[in-house]
Amino acid sequence: MTLSVDINHRLGDFAIEANFESAGRLTALFGPSGSGKSTLINLMAGLIRPQKGRIAIDGRVLVDTAASVFVPMHKRRIGMVFQDARLFPHMSVAGNLRYGRWFTPATERYANIDAVVDLLGIGPLLDRRPARLSGGEKQRVAIGRALLASPKLLLMDEPLASLDEARKAEILPYIERLRDETKIPIVYVSHSVAEVARLASDVVVLSQGKVAAFGPTEAIMQRLDLLPAEERGEGGAVLDTRVLRHDEAFGMTVLGSPAGDIRVPRLPRPAGALVRLRIRARDVMIATERPAGLSALNILAGTIAAVRPGVGPTVEIAIDCNGAIVLARITEQSKHTLRLALGRKVFAVIKTVSFDSATTAPGLPVEADG
Amino acid sequence: MNWLLDLTPDEWNAVRLSIKVATVAMIASLPPGILIALVLARGQFWGKTLLNGLVHLPLILPPVVTGYLLLLTFGRRGPAGSFLVEHFGIVFSFRWTGAALACGVMGFPLMVRAIRLSIEAVDRKMEAAAGTLGANPLWVFATITLPLILPGLIAGAILSFAKAMGEFGATITFVSNIPNETQTLPSAIYTFTQVPGGDAGALRLTLISIVISMVALVASEVLARRIGRRMDIE
Repeated sequence: MTLSVDINHRLGDFAIEANFESAGRLTALFGPSGSGKSTLINLMAGLIRPQKGRIAIDGRVLVDTAASVFVPMHKRRIGMVFQDARLFPHMSVAGNLRYGRWFTPATERYANIDAVVDLLGIGPLLDRRPARLSGGEKQRVAIGRALLASPKLLLMDEPLASLDEARKAEILPYIERLRDETKIPIVYVSHSVAEVARLASDVVVLSQGKVAAFGPTEAIMQRLDLLPAEERGEGGAVLDTRVLRHDEAFGMTVLGSPAGDIRVPRLPRPAGALVRLRIRARDVMIATERPAGLSALNILAGTIAAVRPGVGPTVEIAIDCNGAIVLARITEQSKHTLRLALGRKVFAVIKTVSFDSATTAPGLPVEADG
Repeated sequence: MNWLLDLTPDEWNAVRLSIKVATVAMIASLPPGILIALVLARGQFWGKTLLNGLVHLPLILPPVVTGYLLLLTFGRRGPAGSFLVEHFGIVFSFRWTGAALACGVMGFPLMVRAIRLSIEAVDRKMEAAAGTLGANPLWVFATITLPLILPGLIAGAILSFAKAMGEFGATITFVSNIPNETQTLPSAIYTFTQVPGGDAGALRLTLISIVISMVALVASEVLARRIGRRMDIE
């Protein structure tokens, strides 16, 4: 699937100029509030008509102002999950789920109701009314409802933004299953580094209506300067790793990565499973010699690949560890004292306890056919 | 107590006719009522204020004036009246259908008002969600908007029915007071009060009209509550 967007849309004194093409499994539209993420997704869904531009999926034109083409939203076959689930209050959960299916031509129905109910774990909710559901349950039903319309593309507009941390943790695994087990491409709007780093294969960074950067998640997450100020602490390297073995005696899991073995608290994943690891830049220390007598378990050897000024008295240092980039945020003073410069051989030190459920997630399957 | 329950045939006719006229007026007003309410709630066009004023006119004008205007337009020689007789054979003047028309017109502003308020309260985001699921605008209206405004629809219908049960001025001006054809409950009560010894009859019909109004009101309350419970709107 290739989604191509080239839009020029003005709303009062706010203008959206976005031009990108993505073929990712899950493309995140990432940026602070007011950056135009939601407007962009509404343009894709057909809820807004652009003043100028073109949006196409796999060559199927949804809107092209130059050719006067505008496919109305009910003919786009694009599923949408809203931040506020928007379940129909006068229908049961089952009624909500069946709604879109009814409008889908029989030949184009690929979503199976039992499979979707199973995927999202909403079987026990079918007879209930939306008002009797928790926030997390509502959002799962909303995802199921969108899926059962057998969409060609699924748009998710900050689906977790109005939920508390516990509910987010409840839903994230379902979105991961959705990404890995169904063939529907997803566009996911979020302002959270944690969500984007965990879920996305590709990221479009939006800033004041413009595309500030676009690329694979690992590359984008290293650009701490692209992250909103309040989210910068969450930024860091994203590594796709694999479970090598579990250390049951100490309750740890050893992950294999190009940078070397990384020990994290015990993960409930089998050996061989893919794990996407986010290493927060603020959690990484730098040593100029291999440290001894240190409690931190992860010591990765590498060379300094980039030195960038950070916020306030900090610098951001990218360490190339055998091809994998690990980011560290340290003070200007440390950089000066240790005389850190490009090309210098250093060691990145990461405490095992700095990893938690927010920074370890099931990895994206490697796509066989690209 | 016998005098209370022993209705004369003419009195029975008035009761039956009133219910028939009010029911027909209510049902016939619903489609145009929904349409006008929708246009007023959602539409943005030149002359919206004018349309709104026109709809509300029967509420402000003296009923006699409304009745007279109906007589001028829908009477046999009136422009609308003669057209309907020639092409569809529909006669309003001095028929019960005319009484239903007068009652429908008088109740129309109340009905439109109730429906319009409930349409304005509908969360349009729900309609957008239905649209992304593949429903075209007509289906969205039938499956989302209509069920969501049902309580307002019932309230509007009951208001229109109640207004029709009590309508007097426009009806008597437009279609007169003919027993068994246009003599509704209020006209019959009025007639009783104009003849010596008519007190018992007037009282009987008054009590009946109170009972009918109360039953309609309670029924609408029960219905609205049941729908509200079923929907469980947060």
